[in-house]
Formats: sequence, structure tokens, C-alpha cells
Amino acid sequence: MAKKLALIASKGSLDWAYPPFILASTAAALDYEVQIFFTFYGLTLLKKDLGDLKVSPLGNPAMPMPIPMPNLIQMLPGMESMATMMMKQKIADKGVASIEDLRTACLESGVKLIACQMTVDLFDFKPADFIDGIEFGGAATFFEFAGESDVNLFI
Amino acid sequence: MEFDKELDARNLNCPLPILRCKKGLSEIAPMQTLKIMATDPGAVKDFQAFCKQTGHELLQLDEADGSFTFYIKKRADT
Repeated sequence: MAKKLALIASKGSLDWAYPPFILASTAAALDYEVQIFFTFYGLTLLKKDLGDLKVSPLGNPAMPMPIPMPNLIQMLPGMESMATMMMKQKIADKGVASIEDLRTACLESGVKLIACQMTVDLFDFKPADFIDGIEFGGAATFFEFAGESDVNLFI
Repeated sequence: MEFDKELDARNLNCPLPILRCKKGLSEIAPMQTLKIMATDPGAVKDFQAFCKQTGHELLQLDEADGSFTFYIKKRADT
């Protein structure tokens, strides 16, 4: 019987979009059965348009910067867009997959993507905002699969 | 070494070489051999781990100028 991986994706920034999709697509390649439960800000990762994914150096002292940058400068308008642009350039230069590509790889390899119904209601998201092929469910839906999974991760 | 299909995963980073490899293996018959090239320094350990977990056989691994070439024989019962 195939091993199972259950993930919770709770973050919606460009950098944190990677771990769930990398782990899920790789596990699927290793013949795992995989489900990802997207909740709170993680729901952003299921939107048709992933162009909103951003990365911010604010509040993240570990982010490598080309030059040291005080928080006061980082909070200026446009800094977040600039950091995002630089990150995307770096991603392309290093041959790292785009989030779109990894998400497509997940869907093509049968990873089940579940949107948390409660957060969808809470944030007034419309089902039409999301990509096709996902399901909607709650905590009990997650546990139905997670309870019999070999690996469970909260990201 | 003889092979039935060749894939180039050079200049791609984790996990793309593994995803390409999996796709390539799905396109050949059992017991056929896939040749795949990668430059990701983590690829050697990753391909070994991939083969160990999926049961496909890593027949040979060559390295030249920072480029790795893997020959992987697809499992019989897939």
C-alpha cells in the first residue's frame, strides 16, 4: 500500500509557498498518496492568479540582502515589490521552479488540494477565485486522511 | 552504456530533476533504461534516495565537470 503524506499549508508568501508544493510533488514522485489542506493565508496558494504572492524582508532578519537594510527603509512604499522582484529573478537564475509549475506538477501527479471552507467564508473568498480541481472541506476532512498518514506536517 | 530514453535536467534545481525523472520513467516500459543528466549538487543523494524508495535500479552514475549522468532501470512490476 502506498505511503501517505498529509500537509497543512497555512502561509501565503512567495517564500513559504515553496515547502508544501516541493514536498507534495516530490512525495507524489515517490509514489506517496498526498493531500494538502490549505488554511488561512495558505488559501492564497490556490488562487488562479499567483501574481499576488510577495516576499517581505520586514520582520525577517534572516533574509539575505545585497546591502544591509534597516527596518525603517524596508517599510517604505515599493520595498516589498522590489524584494519580490529580486527574489523572482533569483529563482529564475538558479533554475528553481516557479510556484505555478510546482502546483501544476502536484495536480498532474494526483495530489489532492483541499481549501478550508471556514477560511474561505471568513475572508469572503469566492470559489471562482480558485483553480479548478480542488475540494472544499473542514478539519474533520483533513483528519480523515491525516489520521492514516505516515507523515503529517504543518507548514 | 545503453539506454532507451534520454532526459536533460541540467540547470534545474530541486525538486525538478526528480520530477522529470519520474515523468521520464512513466514513459518507458519496465526494465528499460532512462538516462538523465543533472547539475544540481544535491541530485546524487536525491537520485539514490529516489531509487531506494521507488525500487527502480540506479545502474550507473557518471560525473564530469559538475554534471551528473544517471542510468536508471525501471522496475519490472510497474
